[in-house]
Amino acid sequence: MKPLRKLFHLPRVNEAKRYTRSKVGNFFYFLFLFAAGFFSLLPMLYCVVTSFKPLDELLVFPPTLFTVKRPTIANYTALPDLISSLSVPLSRYVFNSIFIAVAGTVLCVVFAAMAAFVLSKTDIKFKAVIFTVIQFALLFNAYTLAIPQYIIYSTLGAINTYFVYLLPALASPMGVFLMKQYMDGYVPDALIEAAHIDGADWFRIFKSIILPIIKPCILTLTLFTFLSLWNVTSTGTIFSEQLKTLPTVMSTIATGGIARTGSAMAVSVIMMIPPVVVYLISQGSIKETMGSAGIKG
Amino acid sequence: MTKNKKKSLFSGSRWQLYVLLAPFLTFFTLMIVLPVISSMVLSLFNFDMVSMPRFAGLDNYIRMFLHDDIFPTVFKNTILLAILTGPTGFLLSFVLAWFINEFGRGARTLFSFMFYAPSLAGHAVYIWQILFASDSYGYINSFLLSLGITTEPTAWLSNSKYIVPIVVVVQLWSSLGISFLSNLSGLQNINAELYEAGAIDGIRNRWQELWYITLPGMKHMLLFSAVMQIASAFSISNIITQLAGYPTVGHTADTIVSYLIDVGTVKYEMGYASALSVVLFLLMVITRWATNKLINKTGR
Repeated sequence: MKPLRKLFHLPRVNEAKRYTRSKVGNFFYFLFLFAAGFFSLLPMLYCVVTSFKPLDELLVFPPTLFTVKRPTIANYTALPDLISSLSVPLSRYVFNSIFIAVAGTVLCVVFAAMAAFVLSKTDIKFKAVIFTVIQFALLFNAYTLAIPQYIIYSTLGAINTYFVYLLPALASPMGVFLMKQYMDGYVPDALIEAAHIDGADWFRIFKSIILPIIKPCILTLTLFTFLSLWNVTSTGTIFSEQLKTLPTVMSTIATGGIARTGSAMAVSVIMMIPPVVVYLISQGSIKETMGSAGIKG
Repeated sequence: MTKNKKKSLFSGSRWQLYVLLAPFLTFFTLMIVLPVISSMVLSLFNFDMVSMPRFAGLDNYIRMFLHDDIFPTVFKNTILLAILTGPTGFLLSFVLAWFINEFGRGARTLFSFMFYAPSLAGHAVYIWQILFASDSYGYINSFLLSLGITTEPTAWLSNSKYIVPIVVVVQLWSSLGISFLSNLSGLQNINAELYEAGAIDGIRNRWQELWYITLPGMKHMLLFSAVMQIASAFSISNIITQLAGYPTVGHTADTIVSYLIDVGTVKYEMGYASALSVVLFLLMVITRWATNKLINKTGR
């Protein structure tokens, strides 16, 4: 059987031509976005600049924001010393964080896409009820859920295991809501009917039609979930040092008073790198998939 | 091909639908639905997290609306902050995404990176804290002092006049999260042929195009982004606590969420905290319902 993508002539269009644009308008948009974007970029810039400041410049008055006179990497080279006092080797924390972020993101995105597909494109019983519950669940404040969740963890024996990091990500209603909205908007029903007539079962439709079309949405959810799992810490549910994540260690390094400000910033700069990499990979590879163009093929 | 054949094909693989839905639904029920229900039930109890919960009927709600001096203030603040940040945040995350989408891939990635940077950097609130620090080391204070505009440092974050505007700015500035990204991905999936057809049919400029093609095409994404904005606009608390601590002077900027966290964490009144979160939930449900009505009208 030919790949369904080819069968339905789903084109890969890179840039669509726009007929209703003026050069002058584009120029002003560019200026505006650049100014506003620069403002948005400031905290990241601040972290990076501060991480290269020597101690005396950190304490100088009046304070300097984005300038550094004598840049130094001392804040970075001081880190191994600060880390060497840890009872568990750093590599363990790195492993924990990467494992949790990657496994949690993959499972969350896959489960969300599967569920959203059923809720968006099939006539399964109670789907309206299920979807309403999912939407309203988003509005309930997370803080008061902590105690019932703790009871559930301890009933399942999940306390002090990786599951306390992973379970909330797998249960997150946001991903399903996002994907369902996306499929409602951009995956034409006609495509699915046509695939059915050609003898594809639901698994195949999901894999070969839905997944390629919703790729921009998958990438967006991947980025968002990765970011939240990368920064995850545990309070009251993880006790053994072996299972703690990088942000926990990093905050212990940061709590050393003003003398450690530089190193704390160096730590945040290092912690920023994986999310930025995931960002550039995911957002850079979003292309127009144009699901609806496939119907006329 | 006959209709019967099609029908039997549909039903043949029907079990697969349950397989696709089951993993998420299991975790969701376990981790969200059950806790939400138990939290709602808990709002009818007095529970100090040490002794067994005692049934209290509607006592928690009666206390909230009739006997609690703080509740009316935090209720008012919550609504005020939601009105000031919700709609603007919603518009901002759409308009910026729409502007960005006017450009080619390179510029688009650059701009969206810039706007998403506060979320990536993590320390978003911290920089505002040092900007507005109350001593002369605070950047804004040292700037104003050096220009001679003020003669002594202003305690920005403990002054009831400034704290609400500052919270609004910081919240808006850091609110370009998932709804911004989802708008961006939605815009990129609007059928380009519609734009070409629109141009042929006499659409002159980008504003007409926005109203007749883009907005109707974005309806589903806009609903998502609206719900996310409601959830965040009514739950502002971290930003306030990090900037000004809890409680703020005279509770000027405290919200239902920062209050309920205090009630639960410091005073150990989980029943009352749950009742507060149920009221907040109802507030958001009503807003959600009203928003839905509005969004269904776009592009008509």
